[in-house]
Amino acid sequence: MNKIYDVIVIGAGSTGLPTAYNLAKAGLKVLVIEAEHSPGQGNNKKAIGGVRATHSDFGKINVCLRSIEILKNWSEEMGEDIGWLSNGYSYPAYNETDAKTLKDLMQVQLGFGLNIKWLNPDEYSDIVPGIWKEGLQGSTYSPEDGSCSSLLVSAAYFEHCKEEGVDFHFQEHITGFNIVSSKITKVITDKGIYSSAKVVNAAGSYAREVGQMANLDLPVFPENHEAGITEPVERFFGPMVIDMRVAPGSSNFYFYQNSEGQVVFCITPEPPISGIDTRSTSLFLPMCCKRMLTIYPRLRYLKVRRTWRGQYPMTPDGFPIVGIMDEAENLINAVGMCGQGFMLGPGMGELVTRICLESTTEKDKEVLKSFDPYRQFTGQEAFK
Amino acid sequence: MADSNRIAIHPILPVPDKKEIYFYWNGQKMQAKCGETIASALIANGISVFGHHHKDGSAQGIFCANGQCSQCSVIANGLAVKSCMTAVSENMIVQSLEGLPVLPAVDNPLSFEPLEQIDTDVLIIGGGPAGLSAAIELGKQNIPTLVIDDKNALGGKLVLQTHKFFGSQADSSAGTRGIDIGKNLAAEIATYSSVDIWLNSTAVFVFSDKKVGVLKDGVYKIVQPKRILNAAGAREKFLRFPGNNLAGIYGAGAFQTLVNRDLVRPTQRLFIIGGGNVGLIAGYHSLQAGIDVVGLAEAMPVCGGYKVHSDKLKRFGVPIYTSHTILCANGDDTVESITIAELDKNFQPVKGTEKTFTCDTILIAVGLNPLSEFTLEAEAAGLPIDAAGDALEIAEASSAMFNGKIAGVKIASILKGEKKNPIPDDWFIKAEELKSAPGKTNNYNTPEKEEGVFPILHCLQEIPCNPCTTVCPTNSIHTEDGSLTAVPVYTGSCIGCGKCLLICPGLAITLVDYRKDKENPTISIVYEVSNYPVKVGDNKILNDINAKELGKYAITAVQDFPKQHTQIVKFKVPKAIAKKVAGFQIQDANVSAPLTKPVLLEKTADEAMVCLCERVTAGEVRALIRKGITDMNLIKSITRAGMGPCGSKTCEVLIKGLLREEGIPEKEIAPITKRPLFIEIPLEKFPNGSAK
Repeated sequence: MNKIYDVIVIGAGSTGLPTAYNLAKAGLKVLVIEAEHSPGQGNNKKAIGGVRATHSDFGKINVCLRSIEILKNWSEEMGEDIGWLSNGYSYPAYNETDAKTLKDLMQVQLGFGLNIKWLNPDEYSDIVPGIWKEGLQGSTYSPEDGSCSSLLVSAAYFEHCKEEGVDFHFQEHITGFNIVSSKITKVITDKGIYSSAKVVNAAGSYAREVGQMANLDLPVFPENHEAGITEPVERFFGPMVIDMRVAPGSSNFYFYQNSEGQVVFCITPEPPISGIDTRSTSLFLPMCCKRMLTIYPRLRYLKVRRTWRGQYPMTPDGFPIVGIMDEAENLINAVGMCGQGFMLGPGMGELVTRICLESTTEKDKEVLKSFDPYRQFTGQEAFK
Repeated sequence: MADSNRIAIHPILPVPDKKEIYFYWNGQKMQAKCGETIASALIANGISVFGHHHKDGSAQGIFCANGQCSQCSVIANGLAVKSCMTAVSENMIVQSLEGLPVLPAVDNPLSFEPLEQIDTDVLIIGGGPAGLSAAIELGKQNIPTLVIDDKNALGGKLVLQTHKFFGSQADSSAGTRGIDIGKNLAAEIATYSSVDIWLNSTAVFVFSDKKVGVLKDGVYKIVQPKRILNAAGAREKFLRFPGNNLAGIYGAGAFQTLVNRDLVRPTQRLFIIGGGNVGLIAGYHSLQAGIDVVGLAEAMPVCGGYKVHSDKLKRFGVPIYTSHTILCANGDDTVESITIAELDKNFQPVKGTEKTFTCDTILIAVGLNPLSEFTLEAEAAGLPIDAAGDALEIAEASSAMFNGKIAGVKIASILKGEKKNPIPDDWFIKAEELKSAPGKTNNYNTPEKEEGVFPILHCLQEIPCNPCTTVCPTNSIHTEDGSLTAVPVYTGSCIGCGKCLLICPGLAITLVDYRKDKENPTISIVYEVSNYPVKVGDNKILNDINAKELGKYAITAVQDFPKQHTQIVKFKVPKAIAKKVAGFQIQDANVSAPLTKPVLLEKTADEAMVCLCERVTAGEVRALIRKGITDMNLIKSITRAGMGPCGSKTCEVLIKGLLREEGIPEKEIAPITKRPLFIEIPLEKFPNGSAK
């Protein structure tokens, strides 16, 4: 009774859902296999919702530019309200070194045609009223970056996937592959065995385990991050605020006000906490709230509603791994999104689809250089 | 404007003389009592709408009165606060919350205090009957114990229980009023030096690093216990019906808090849904607070609560509609009326049986669910945890006290490394007895004779209660087989002392005295609704156990027992009815008359709200379920049901009910993911100033 599929996508998350949708839209028969009860229940729903194109390299910039285009126009073109806000991103600098780093990077970003500018402290406090100005050198501001609800986006992709005829198997775990001459011939799960011409590894935090089943050693190592969300209040500030300074216990933190009026916040632990643990710790709120209130005292009375913990599937250099490896030539890996799976997802889904269809463009090939599985992993993303 | 909705006299509760202060509500000067909550001050001034929801503009008012939801939010001195948890203060500027609040532009820098971390052997979450009983056992063994409670007084829901308790005198203070039991437990706790008490302290989460976040008096602290006892109680279930989001619909806990703790009258005309003990007792408390009880509807053919409670309510003149359900609540902003209908054998409303009653409040008392999240969190963290009281299993407070005691002894034994089981076997038997549900109903077992004096026990249903058997000085009352749950029977030589009348928690004993007049004996009825005053000469409609009228008779004597807050009211009646008389009516029949024509809303059942926080209707959720979306987490993602301030405390059960209704097997329903925090807390409470 097992159907033959054109593509089996492993994982119904930030990458898997857009990939499945685009594959099905291109006329392919697609099966998505997901371990959770429903779509988006892994790290997709842990994403705080920020979407920016203002990265430091060609690959991420271009994928995210496409994501922004898709998400910004979602309600008009796809129908659902996903809570999109073009609220922009900002990286305030509180010392000259950071200001210089940011300004230097801005030149690169401007070179890629991104809309980003430098605001002086007064201009910055116009869009983030009440921001701590002592020592503030200014801030980058990229008004076309934005935000939306990862929950609504994954639910919407799921709906459109179903409209396009994608099959979904939930609560099903991949247990192995049958590989003949470096080709996956069978996908084996705890509930069945399936055949497909191609397989997409979009397993997020579990990408390495899935790779191992196909004899690949994908350097994807999850790290734990905690995030929180407040009660909603009337809008009072504009962009995502990212403080890139390192402080004891953390390397950076960021927050923004979403379309519901809730402030969403997150911190990057330093040293990183590797592994997969979704349980909340007692350290997160005392650490993150202290940093937030130090630069933005106005948040003091805002009430924390909920916190959660998810994983960044990290790679050694902070860039995703996207492409095919010799050991399994019909397995397309789209893994190691380093905590940017949600913002990369919509653009990545189209890119992975073109890889599957063997229809990548010259630009795609250029983009994919950044994500090459065979690279040396020695570089470092400027803001991973 | 006068704060006229205050309870000025109460048959049981003292009305304290509190300092009067003034505050402003939407610019209007109003009187409040020093120390009371904003919510109670508003209710005292007749305000029931506290604001309008940002999603649909519908009215919001008091809902949980327990700091758990945010329906009662107002703006106090510029900040959005839960009015049920915030004390009103002199000249406070209080405004209704219309839509989303505006965050005040306060930009001066903050200084951060070090985050205090406290070690203890045992952390008890909840200072109610179970938590206090456990703490007493731990205190006896000198084990460092910290009891935290989110209210400003110990006792939990005992402080709301003005009625006498069931159970046995030896094990659960039966015959004593809940409020007094609470005081006794609190007084005993104070004698144990190893037990620390934190009031106004809410546990917010048991974190994975085995630490518990606690907000104490507005200061965030970390408690690191060796073991936890979850004695946090229960939360009330809510119901789906059109109009269930109107202001003026809430649970019995909220109602009792306002009436019995804060002595304000949130309603003039109350209708109760649910005939369990909680609903029945709330009805009784309403009468004592001078609130008209229009009626009580119970879906089952008989009330689930103790028969003595429902009998009592009916005798006072409150109609109980069994096999009835609420169809809808009617009104614009607040409840104006309720429409109920009879249910057929399949629990479907029968057309043509609809009845509408005017009322301003509907009390939902349809059961409780254990508050289990602390247990789940601790288990996930690998921190040993026990539960007691309602957090373990829903039962009466008498049972909670006893299993709290068992938990305390057990925890002490584990901490001391004792090998042998410290709990005597008969304790478990007793614990089972105390939580037993009502059993079968017997016939009267009344003496045939018509001479002398003896009690009539209008207590025909098997319930775990026996103080009448232990109080009788001539040892003349026994339960049939000597057990706690069997029905009591009088056999012996009554001296007419009346002690059994005064101790009976069900007020289900009368005394018939033929000694002076065999043809027209004197009957004594115990009475504790003195706000409906009785005096010699008043004519009262006497009624039997089932509230059947037996005629109008004049009161011949009223005896006061001020210590017991009780009166004994005497009548001379013909011997033919003397043994039948169980009580007399106090509420006028007009109070409970339905409207001549029922109000039938055009609204459908799908317009009922399942998530009050985010205003999500049953219809929205049902539509998703029918599209195949049956994971509550995905339903939450799409609708936001469960993402509001209360953290799915109310909607989870309602969504599960919808899933069941749509044929999704219970075992296929993945639980909704629960995350910190238990309540919303301002960011400024968390920073750790001592962190390097």
